[in-house]
Amino acid sequence: MNDINLDKSAQQADEPIVRMHGLNKHFGSLHVLNNIDLEVSQGEVVVVIGASGSGKSTMIRCINGLEEFQSGELRVDSHDLLPHGKASRALQTIRTEVGMVFQQFNLFPHLCVRDNVTLAPMKVRGVPQSDAIATAERLLDRVGIRDQADKYPSQLSGGQQQRVALARALAMEPRLMLFDEPTSALDPEMIGEVLDAMRELAREGMTMIIVTHEMGFAREVADRVIYIHQGEIVEQGAPEEVFDNPRNERTQNFLARVLKH
Amino acid sequence: MNVDFTFDWSAALASIPQLLTGIPWTLLISFGGLAIGLVIGIIFGLLRIAPQVWLRIPAIVYIEVFRGTPVLVQVLFIFYGLPQIIGGPINALTAGIAAIAVNSGAYISEIVRGAVQSVARGQREAGLSLGLSRQQTFRHVIWPQAFRRMIPPLGNQGIISIKDTSLFAVIGVGELVRQGQIYIATTFTALEVYLMVALLYLAITLSLSLALRMLERKGLVGE
Repeated sequence: MNDINLDKSAQQADEPIVRMHGLNKHFGSLHVLNNIDLEVSQGEVVVVIGASGSGKSTMIRCINGLEEFQSGELRVDSHDLLPHGKASRALQTIRTEVGMVFQQFNLFPHLCVRDNVTLAPMKVRGVPQSDAIATAERLLDRVGIRDQADKYPSQLSGGQQQRVALARALAMEPRLMLFDEPTSALDPEMIGEVLDAMRELAREGMTMIIVTHEMGFAREVADRVIYIHQGEIVEQGAPEEVFDNPRNERTQNFLARVLKH
Repeated sequence: MNVDFTFDWSAALASIPQLLTGIPWTLLISFGGLAIGLVIGIIFGLLRIAPQVWLRIPAIVYIEVFRGTPVLVQVLFIFYGLPQIIGGPINALTAGIAAIAVNSGAYISEIVRGAVQSVARGQREAGLSLGLSRQQTFRHVIWPQAFRRMIPPLGNQGIISIKDTSLFAVIGVGELVRQGQIYIATTFTALEVYLMVALLYLAITLSLSLALRMLERKGLVGE
């Protein structure tokens, strides 16, 4: 997306952007993540599916340190994250390189749309205000809401808010985007506009890890689909393999339930 | 019961010039004390929710002590008690301001804590996920939202503290009630004068309510 990032990706082209090895997380006696191994390469679009409470959100929230894990290795964009949320200087660096879109949008309600998008580039990257605004307007234009820049989040529809949230994350020029059920809180008629924006981002080559219940979308954009059951990766593969020819019985049961309607 | 009392309007009006001389003192003690109380409240309210236990404990002790004892006792302690420790007198105005400061500070600490904790967890996560540091997330994301929520309860505390200053007549500071007492001592017109005193408090507190309502309306854009 800019020269610096291109240099970096050239330099580290063979290293996966995310590498989890033997990752474990417990909430008390509940084993939320069980020995997760996961590698995601540059430019790959990975869709994570599974029942509620299976640990799929928790897994991607470990990648930017919003959740701690107890054991295992986690390397993101050539920086190591330590177990038990041990203060690591790398954490903030990772967060500047990894964008996230949340189920509940989490826009800043006290800031107008434009300021939501310019805040982090200005405060974290030290981008001058005029440049930050130019970038914000370009990104808002791209997600189709440039004319709403002066409004506050509460004045927008859910679909518009989620597109602002996407623009806000992209303004940091991330090398990886995490999506935590981005359409689950939306009214049905607004899901399409958000998925369209994500589709376009995938087409442009963004590395994405997406937790979603939108199976049609998953089949269409995913390079790889991962099915998580009770904190374990039970099955993974190309979408046509996983959706049309699931090998694991639990994957078959899950798909039978979600694809029926 | 004396049923044929007469309310002497001219006596009521005649007391006003003297009562008005108490208003600057009432305002000075109230707003001076509240300004310091706000600073104390922000500091102790944030300490109260610090991750470190050794920061939280002093805040809890302060809040419980000054919220759990009467402001009248606090001002008597400061005015009559403290001089024995520091070895010199404390003037009544200073004692009054200090009492409002430490008393309102305890309540404002709880207001600050409640407001900060009421900001949704997702706001913090959104700030952190964008690469903002914890301090930046607090300053640019959490605090502005918390501050807006503090305005109504702060207004409430302001009104309570203004009325609390009436107790300070006992240490002889020349505020509104004290001026009324002095006036009544020579004219014996308690009914008229205390009614005027009450109306003057009402004028102050209603002005504050009105000002806060305007501030709230302005401040709540985008919530």
